[in-house]
Formats: sequence, structure tokens, C-alpha cells
Amino acid sequence: MAKEFKGRVILGGETTGEAVVSRYGMNLLATYQKSALKKAKRVICADQNNPDLYKKDLTDKIICLPQTIGSTTGGMVLETAVQMGLGPRAMLFSGHIDSLAAAGIILSDVWLKKRIITIDQLGEDFLQSVQDGQTIEIKADGTVVVS
Amino acid sequence: MFQTKMELTPDEKEILEGKQGETLQKVMASVVLYGEVFGAKRLVPLDGPVHLVTSFGIPLLTPVFEMMDELIAHNLKTKDPFTVDPRPLDYANVKCNPLEKLVFKIMYGKQEEYEGQLQKVGLKDENAFSCTCYLPEVGNIPKKGDILAWAESSAVVYANSVIGARSNRNSGIIELFCGILGKAPEFGLLTDEGRRAKWLVEVKTTKVPNAQVLGSAIGMKVVEDVPYITGLDRFLGAGLSPDTCDYLKDMGAASASNGAVGLYHVENITPEAVEEGRNLLVEGYQKYVIDDQEIERVIRSYPLLWKRPEARPQVCFIGCPHLSLKQLRDWAEKIASGLEKAGRRRVAVPTLLCAAPDVVEAFKKDTAAYNRLLATGARTTSICALMYMNNPLCAKRPVITNSNKLRTYTTAKFMLDDEVLDAIINS
Repeated sequence: MAKEFKGRVILGGETTGEAVVSRYGMNLLATYQKSALKKAKRVICADQNNPDLYKKDLTDKIICLPQTIGSTTGGMVLETAVQMGLGPRAMLFSGHIDSLAAAGIILSDVWLKKRIITIDQLGEDFLQSVQDGQTIEIKADGTVVVS
Repeated sequence: MFQTKMELTPDEKEILEGKQGETLQKVMASVVLYGEVFGAKRLVPLDGPVHLVTSFGIPLLTPVFEMMDELIAHNLKTKDPFTVDPRPLDYANVKCNPLEKLVFKIMYGKQEEYEGQLQKVGLKDENAFSCTCYLPEVGNIPKKGDILAWAESSAVVYANSVIGARSNRNSGIIELFCGILGKAPEFGLLTDEGRRAKWLVEVKTTKVPNAQVLGSAIGMKVVEDVPYITGLDRFLGAGLSPDTCDYLKDMGAASASNGAVGLYHVENITPEAVEEGRNLLVEGYQKYVIDDQEIERVIRSYPLLWKRPEARPQVCFIGCPHLSLKQLRDWAEKIASGLEKAGRRRVAVPTLLCAAPDVVEAFKKDTAAYNRLLATGARTTSICALMYMNNPLCAKRPVITNSNKLRTYTTAKFMLDDEVLDAIINS
């Protein structure tokens, strides 16, 4: 049965895609660095400290997470991944978006004209119920439908 | 142009509408969007230069280099000359084998080009590379109440807590944009409300706790909240002596890296705590007691990430964040006199004392002390130890350190100061 959540629109848009879920903070540098350095066609998470994402294919997925963590270069790393075509289709935060992710999505949007649809404050229940591989539909008003 | 809820001045609106060029419009749009995300209602003028976190030319970050080229092409630079985090490389003092050197050359392949870009957008000078920009020798010194836009976490927490200036923990590039505009979005640690403490941390140890471990304990507990710390004045005395500033520098860096602390207050010591005392605590604050057992528990919780735990250390880093001049002199003296007492001439582990270029230059003026240090085999350097350890080959080496920040982000083994000294003399 489909479940619906409503969050705050940071960068709006409509899309449908496959969920990949991290219940731990996502370290942007550790996640993307290896794939970006290899100029890979797909991004495989290289962060050994994140058991939810490690070795998973994140390319064009809708990433569901509490927040991003790690070096303050994280925003630039996300922008680089987006420029290389390795960015996520959308990012859905259960709580308030953090400064690293905010910088990454804004730099991509403003300087590369490439949008990562981003919704935050979807609530703890969202992160507890969404599972890897589920289909997620995102609406322009910040509604997220998980099925 | 997007619609913003922020109250902008006519000049700011004009920039956002692109009337002063498309590049400056993008700079403004980035800062306004960033501020809106965190509920900022307006931009406020900066009172001092920015401090940048991105000091390294990693070829991977192509959008950064392209953006810098665009800024330069449009003659955009920061309002005031800025400082930046340490350089990653120093082959003269930080020895590495040919393979490690090859990896460094690939990893930081754009270093020279990037430093050229930094100069063109407003870098203070060739020596402006340090995480301790606020030290007197380096010269990016804010005053109490100054509005800043810094990004290096250890510098942000020092400026906020020890100096009483006001900066958020900004993401890289956003701080540069704020420096170009001369303004920052007003939210979080820039506001009175954002500077109030949600935790009362009571230090009840029987002796002064190691600064790096205390900071680590606090960071892991309060994560990104503001703590109000009591009990430290029993050991450090009231007010800010040079020794207390050094202690708080190291404690803060550990709290910022083991958690995400951007500001702490210390009762009877840091400026806002001296002025306002426990009125800084919010209603319903949480409490955390740190005693001798808690310090021991935190030290025991650190995992050892070496492939062979019994390996003999190959490198020792002291000075993350960079050492103050007094700390550098103290370590040089401790190493030299420790070797003399042990009847040895040279350190058993290649040892690097990291400090800002201007601090190292000041230290070198005491020729006798500098030569005495060189005779031990230890070296001074101004690199960032984290950037050394980012080389996967260097990360495999058994590295020891007294830095909790270095331990957190790398495979380096944390040791207390006395243990580090013992290892480099007797290992």
C-alpha cells in the first residue's frame, strides 16, 4: 500500500524513481570520491562507515537520508558528482537539511543548471518506513509517495 | 530570478536581478538560497576577512576550478584579503617514497594552478595557509562580536567560543561567496538565540583532562548543539591566558570533528560565559557529567585502524590543528630534553611539528632552539596532516598523533601527549 509524506520543498520538481535508503549520516566525500576519481559511469558508494550504502549503486537514485556528514568540502564533491552525471535524481531528508548538502544542491542548481529535487523535514516515520528499491513519486508541493 | 522571502536591500536586489552581471548574480543567488534554507531573514555585513577551507588543488573538483575562472574573468574578489587552510604538500620536510610522491602528484595535480586562482580572488599572501588563521603571527584576528563567514570547523569554533566572534560552520565555496559580497545570511550562530546552550557539561575530573579527549567526549555527546562547560576554571584559572587559549584551541577542534560543535561556552573563561554566566542555558537543558571514568571510557572507545596493531610507528604528527608558537617551542624543548635524558640523539619515529608558515618563521628566529630541534631529526612543516593521510598509500602507514581530529578522519592512532613523547623518544 502506498504511503504519503509531506515535507518542505528546498528545490522543487516532479519525478519518479527508485529509493536507496541510509539511516546513517551520508558522508559525501567518502561516498563519491572513488567513483569520481575513476571517472566511472556509475557511482558505487565507497563509504565503509555507512553499512546502509556501502557498495550500493547510487546512480540516478532517490537518496533517502537523515543528513549528510563529513568534510566541509562535501558540497563541492556533490556538485562535482552532478557535473559528471553521477548525482542522485533526488534527495529526501527526514530532518532539516544540513549545510553541506544544501551547498551541494544549490551550487549544482545555480552554477551547473542541474537540479537535484530536494525535500527535507519529511519526518522520522518516513525514514523508518521507506525501503531500498521502493518506487518513490515526488510532487511539486513536497508530497512524497512511497509504494 | 527566483522569488526570495529574504528582505534584501536595493543594492542586493539589483545584484540578484543580474544588473551587476550574471556571475555576481549567481554568487548572490547561491548565498541567498543557502540562507533561506536555514531561515535567514536578511544578509548582514561581514566585519572581517573570510577563512576558506578549500586549500588543495584536487583535479577531481572541476566545477570549483571552472567557477574560480569565471570569478576571475569578471574581476570578482573578496572585499578583504582572506586566509585559507594549510597546503597539502611539503616534500622538503615530509618525506615520502617515490610511489607516494607519484600519488600525491596525481591527487593534488592542480595545486599550483589553484593557488594562482586563490591569489586572484583575494588571498592574503603566500603564508596565509593555516587552519589557525586567528593566531597573532598569521593575522586574521576577529574581535568579539564580529560577524564572519568562515568554513574550517576548528577555526569557526575558536572564533565563536574563545574570541566571541560570530560565524556559522559554512560549507566550502559559500564562505568565498560571502567574502565576495562582504555579507553573510543571518541565522544560527550569528543570532543571540542560536548561541544559547542546550547542554550543561560538568567537568568533575580530579586533574585537568586532556584537551583533545575532553573535546572528543563533548562533541560525541552534544553533536551540533552548544554546550556550557563548568569546572574547567578549577584547572585553567579564570579568563583567557595564552595557555588556556591553546587548551581551548585543541579542545574545540576535537569537539568540532568528533561532533559538529560550532560554539561552546566555558564558565568564568570564555567571553560570553564571563558576561552572561548560566543565563546562556536554555530552559530544559540537558546535562552531561565528565569524570575520570568517563574520560577513560572515551579513550578506550577509539578503534585502532592499523592493519597490524603491534606495528612500530613510522610517522608522528603533532599539530592538528596547527600549533601555536608557544606550543611549538614547548614541543621542541620536550623532544630535545627528553632525548638528552634518555641518552639518545635522534627521535625514534620521524616526527612532524605542524604550524602555520608565519609561526614556523617566528620559531626559526630563535636559531639555537631551531637547530636543537633539527638535530633531533624532528621537523617543522606547515602542511595539513589530514591531506597527507588522504593519500591511500600514506594511510597504510602506522601513524601516531596527539590529535583527535586526525584520529577521527584517518587511520592515525591517538595517543596522549606523554605517550606520544615516550613513543618518539623510546619507540
